[in-house]
Amino acid sequence: MTPEAELVGSSGRHVAGKELALALLFLVPAMLLLVVWLVYPVVFTVVRSLFDAAGGSFIGLENYGEMFTNDSTLTAIKNNAVWVVVGPTLVTAVGLVFAVLTERIPFDRAFKAIVFMPMAISFLASGVIFRLVYESDPDRGVLNAMVTAVEDVFREPGRYPGGRPVDPEQLTVEGDGFISDALFSTGDTAELGLIGIRPALVDEEAQPAEVPAPPSDGLSGVVWLDFTAGGGSERGVIDAGEVGLVGVNIEAVSADGSVAGRASTDDAGRFLIDGLDPGEYRLRLTGSAFREPFGGYEWLGPTLVTPAVIGSFIWIWAGFAMVLIAAGLAAIPRETMEAARVDGANEWQVFQRVTVPLLRPVLLVVLVTLVINVLKIFDLVLIIPPGSVQDDATVLALEMWRVSFGGAQDQGLGSALGVFLFLLVLPAMAFNLRRFRAEEQ
Amino acid sequence: MTDVTDDLVLAEAPREPWTARAVRRLAHGPAYVVMAAIGLFWLVPTIGLFIASLRTAADNSQSGWWRALTAPSQLTLDNYQKLLDNQRITDSLWNSVAITVPTVVLLVLIAAMAAYAFAFVRFPGRDAVFLLVVGLLVVPLQVALIPIAQLYGDLGIFGSIPSVVLFHVAFGMPFAVFLLRNFFLGIPGELLEAARMDGASELTVFLRVVLPLGIPAIASLAIFQFLWVWNDLLVALVFADTGAAPITVAIREQTRQFGSNIDVIAPGAFVSMVVPLIVFFSFQRYFVQGLLAGSQK
Repeated sequence: MTPEAELVGSSGRHVAGKELALALLFLVPAMLLLVVWLVYPVVFTVVRSLFDAAGGSFIGLENYGEMFTNDSTLTAIKNNAVWVVVGPTLVTAVGLVFAVLTERIPFDRAFKAIVFMPMAISFLASGVIFRLVYESDPDRGVLNAMVTAVEDVFREPGRYPGGRPVDPEQLTVEGDGFISDALFSTGDTAELGLIGIRPALVDEEAQPAEVPAPPSDGLSGVVWLDFTAGGGSERGVIDAGEVGLVGVNIEAVSADGSVAGRASTDDAGRFLIDGLDPGEYRLRLTGSAFREPFGGYEWLGPTLVTPAVIGSFIWIWAGFAMVLIAAGLAAIPRETMEAARVDGANEWQVFQRVTVPLLRPVLLVVLVTLVINVLKIFDLVLIIPPGSVQDDATVLALEMWRVSFGGAQDQGLGSALGVFLFLLVLPAMAFNLRRFRAEEQ
Repeated sequence: MTDVTDDLVLAEAPREPWTARAVRRLAHGPAYVVMAAIGLFWLVPTIGLFIASLRTAADNSQSGWWRALTAPSQLTLDNYQKLLDNQRITDSLWNSVAITVPTVVLLVLIAAMAAYAFAFVRFPGRDAVFLLVVGLLVVPLQVALIPIAQLYGDLGIFGSIPSVVLFHVAFGMPFAVFLLRNFFLGIPGELLEAARMDGASELTVFLRVVLPLGIPAIASLAIFQFLWVWNDLLVALVFADTGAAPITVAIREQTRQFGSNIDVIAPGAFVSMVVPLIVFFSFQRYFVQGLLAGSQK
């Protein structure tokens, strides 16, 4: 053994070579693992990336060329870019807000446990959880159920969605509703037949449609479902058994486009707009009755899939950011914030001018950790998007796996993707090394 | 914790007028409501999976899990019964155990030995070698998949449980050595010296002095790695064949037909979560400490 080798705490005494050898032997298993499983593979993969799919012939940088031209790898690179920019920033922001707010509530421990819990379970399980959350049918996916519940409050769906005129010449589409082409004179009676309404939507107490008597002043008419179960309905004619549509709002529109009067249909589909100046009017069936209920968003469709998967990523990692930032927050001297408050700063100013600047080092660590994790994101993108959307959602790590071990078995391109990922984490490695050196001093 | 420090600081700081305090208390009201709502929001997805796992496939395909809140008769343990009768799933659960436990034991032991050498033995090039370990912390495992698959093929161990274990042990090593070495540095040198004076060998010092004192860090590491390996999908997907596949891989096979397999996927995913959740809630403190040590030290 070399003379400068010695045991710490032995106050300069040289220890028997036997014991020193034993101590160095302690390193061998770990070093062996690191060299065989980490160091050698990096070198091998770099070399392998210069060979073709089968590994037989040297093709220089062709794999890298393909990586930046091939559709699916290009999509992966673009998606990864979105992930890196959006994911870590949002998670850190959410974690920061949570960390600050948990200081103000009595149930902070329960809150932290709940938000941190997703960190303990697998990305696979989280993926399954969010596949269910993002189900597009609002009757099955909880997110769309919540979104539609809110949406329907502001835009109430009609009672006859899907309803449309039996005669498109008579009524033409206007917004969600319809307006007549023809003009009706006061004293006329309009018969407005509709189809396309599921029988189940027609009220059970709906009465057989009836044509009202012509009014003395104004316009009257009937709106009915021109459809007989089992067929045999004559179009435009009120057949026996056909029912009136209740609650349809009708407007009389004058020539200048203004609304001269309005009415609503009764149980038998009858309406009467009275008090109109004599003249000619067009009739409008307002959209309120025919509006389709909001169907929810296609979270896992090609356009929204990446934001949706990033959403699940936030759900998982916000707890991580929160815990780290909360630890950093606990280390900030309270006096600094109190002093600012005493000086008259409000909470927002304290947060912005005192808390965040003092937390800068922690925030940086959280961001870097998240960036490293986002670059390697795999499980969520494999599990959450349905098979047909996977090509739109793909990322580098997923593409690396699919190319190397999926159908293509192109380990040349796969290696190039591996090397690319490795190059992308190099700045993080430099960051770690610099921080480590600074702390050792 | 934070409440206590708050009070202490307030007691020392110049007292603010009672009006200001009252305003601040009131200002906390919305925070309560918002935080409670967020907590609920965070919980809902998991509750959804759990309830879905208790409903039949037919119910799940017709309506959302929340319908069961008003129709509790929909809830049944049938899915779980079928899951436990499913040999593929039960085998995979055992495989998860057979992969995770040896990984954690080997990793802790090998990393503790290396950390001991880095912390207590001065040898030429020590700092450079440790710097290499720090550098390896962030190596993406993707870079090793192809070469190691080939190596395993050449050695004839591809697809086996040990092949998965070895990969995990190796890739957990940089973090493990880093964490333990930093902790060991905090152990007073005199304790080791005293043991050596008494004639203890390095092995005895390691086993009798350093390991017992390092228990907090070792516990953090063990829990962290346990969760990491139990939850892994990618490594097992590449290296484990059908007979060695852990629960994550078994569930992943079902997710290709997500809609029609929901009666297997939902309870399967929940079963796969139970172990980490128990570990997490029992040892939350150690887990968080490990996390803090990993990213802040």
